[in-house]
Amino acid sequence: MAVTDKTADPAPAAAGTSRRPRRRRTFGGRTLAFWYFVGPFLLGLLIFTYIPVGWSAYLSLFDARNTVTPTSDDFVGFDNYVTMLGNEDFRRSLITFTVFAAIIVPITFASSLGLALAVNKVRIMRAFFRSVFFLPFACSYVVASLVWKMSIFAGVRYGMANTVLGWFGIENIPWLFGNDPPWFWLVIATLRLWIQCGFYMILFIAALQQIPEHLYEAAYMDGAKPGWQTFWHITLPHLRASSVAVLMLVLIAAYQAFDEFWNLLPNSGNVPYARTPLIYLFHTSLGTSQDLGRGSAGALILALLIAIVTLFQGKLLGFGKPEGR
Amino acid sequence: MVASRNNNPSKKAFAEFMMNRRRMLALGGMTAGAGALAACGGNTGREDGGDGVSLLQWYHEYGEAGTQEAAKGYAADYKDANVTVEWIPGDYDAALASGLLTDDAPDVFESHLNRGMVEAGQVVPLDDIIADVIDDIPEGDLLRNTIDGTVYGINMIDDPQYIVYRPSLFADAGITAPPTTFEELIAIAAELTTSDVKGIDFGAAGGTDRLGQHMINSLGLSFIGADMQAGFNDPRMAEGALLVKQLNDSGSLLLGAPTDWWDPSSMIQGLTAMSWTGLWTMPALLENLGDDIGIFPCPGFVGGTPTVFNGGWATFVNANSKNVDAAKAFTKWLWVDNTEAILDWCLSYGFHIPSRLSLREQADQLSSGPAAEAVAISEEYGWAENPDWTPAMNTAVNDMLSNIAIEGNDPEAELAKAVETVNTELDGIFG
Repeated sequence: MAVTDKTADPAPAAAGTSRRPRRRRTFGGRTLAFWYFVGPFLLGLLIFTYIPVGWSAYLSLFDARNTVTPTSDDFVGFDNYVTMLGNEDFRRSLITFTVFAAIIVPITFASSLGLALAVNKVRIMRAFFRSVFFLPFACSYVVASLVWKMSIFAGVRYGMANTVLGWFGIENIPWLFGNDPPWFWLVIATLRLWIQCGFYMILFIAALQQIPEHLYEAAYMDGAKPGWQTFWHITLPHLRASSVAVLMLVLIAAYQAFDEFWNLLPNSGNVPYARTPLIYLFHTSLGTSQDLGRGSAGALILALLIAIVTLFQGKLLGFGKPEGR
Repeated sequence: MVASRNNNPSKKAFAEFMMNRRRMLALGGMTAGAGALAACGGNTGREDGGDGVSLLQWYHEYGEAGTQEAAKGYAADYKDANVTVEWIPGDYDAALASGLLTDDAPDVFESHLNRGMVEAGQVVPLDDIIADVIDDIPEGDLLRNTIDGTVYGINMIDDPQYIVYRPSLFADAGITAPPTTFEELIAIAAELTTSDVKGIDFGAAGGTDRLGQHMINSLGLSFIGADMQAGFNDPRMAEGALLVKQLNDSGSLLLGAPTDWWDPSSMIQGLTAMSWTGLWTMPALLENLGDDIGIFPCPGFVGGTPTVFNGGWATFVNANSKNVDAAKAFTKWLWVDNTEAILDWCLSYGFHIPSRLSLREQADQLSSGPAAEAVAISEEYGWAENPDWTPAMNTAVNDMLSNIAIEGNDPEAELAKAVETVNTELDGIFG
């Protein structure tokens, strides 16, 4: 956006005052076009994001149960924040998320990069491979969850995974029950990988194709071997901006994990050993509880946490700096 | 993010691809929007006519075929107002809770009473419209709809929950009578477990999402004591929780079935010999298993009595309705006076017990076999929700049992934690 703004109007000052009508028309046309493109988006952002965020911040200061317009009697200051931070279940949900992120972020990163490298190398049927790996991204988490739960990882003897294990004489495993051992992570992680890897693969492919071929040629001339050496010294540094963006997106997506936990785990994900922050907040404020004060406080704590982690990660890895420098 | 430095084809392809994706999303948004609009059109389709009063009535999605048509039929039969029935699929409780905060809220709706609804001024007292039949309503059904002496809801149906079993499998294993204590249940479940059939299905959470509440009632304790503190702070609770752990460790639980406990499929498909269920599955079970079903209440814990949870639905009138009086009149007409409709609603589709003692005697379908047994145990061992018991408190008890039975945590410590959570909640409400 910033780039377009600066370059689009080559010399506003040069237009001078002598050619007023043209300038005004340009100005008006530009402004109109700007609002035409940005307006609806901004309006949506305002209505569906900024107002709700502001309203949550307001609600988080009240004992707001079953109401979104609490009265001044219900004002409790920062009590809701204290309660949420002191709440063992909420803190445990943050740990659950951390485990989830620790599993999902590196694997998604590695496998989407791996897929991108592989698909990029393929000389035939490129479009086919690209779409095949990307297609799952079009699938809803709910639909995929049902497939995973009812056919692949059904805990009964006719579940696909159990049928395969049965050939080797291994007993049926209730994949989605309990956490000893925590098989549910396998189900949840494979599902999320299946859905999201293709999307990040596309991002990586786009970045890979931007790396000038002559860099590799120069490296080969200097005696570098194709493979690990060029990958480490040329490909990876040139992918830095994309890598940072991908890491950030995967991490934020992990924080927002809800659908698959809700649909896969017992009791709508409301189990102490695998409750994600959003599931916890849903049950606090959007289910039958409607404790909107504490729910809002928790949501803001979570938002703040995501912001801090993202900023820190961006700072550490240099988000926004140009590629390859 | 990616500055426009060059125009190599791949980038163009990527940009186009992103555009397409955006268009796809936009299209998706439009379809969703159109869907929402269409739904709105349905909402407001209250025809003018009659004496001009229009009412909106909400139901959750009943699974049995014909229920929606029946509900619309009752509404059409009512002459004093135009009643539009709306059938809400999915998470009804959440949809209702948020719906009640808006202007498009239903005038009449089914739900379960909690104190929050009363304190937020969402429901009106209905004492006056049930005054004539108050002696005909089972005591438990009255209590669960009462807060501080005022009745806010009228029970439409009672749905007892109990354990169903296959008598033929019991006979094969030489078991003569259903268990009455949880220890017996564990032993029987182990005996019935084979390589293909598990002993018992307590649902996807292995019963940790319900047995704690049954334990409280079995031991004669209460959810909330007279002092407005947790009423279940008793060491026998910890002992009972260890029994659930024992069952959990025994390998006789059916876990990971594709359907949860409220669906009778695992029983019908022969995956389990016993299963937690409710009265609504009776027609499906009778149809598929014929005579080979029997039922018994949840066995007693640590010397306690057996228990049956009486679930069900009650109907309420929205206090913010523009036509409270008309809504009350309709509610009285349908769920108090229209005994024919009440019987039809309870018995023609799924099986439910009418929440009126006099109607139970008239119901032939409930007079024999397992259905009659269900009515009997529901009256003898039944308990119902306490309207002051919030979902947060319920989760505290579920978590306690899950932490003990599944994760093997210290029972006393977990009980203390649950008691503390419930007390904090109660202090927040009554303190």
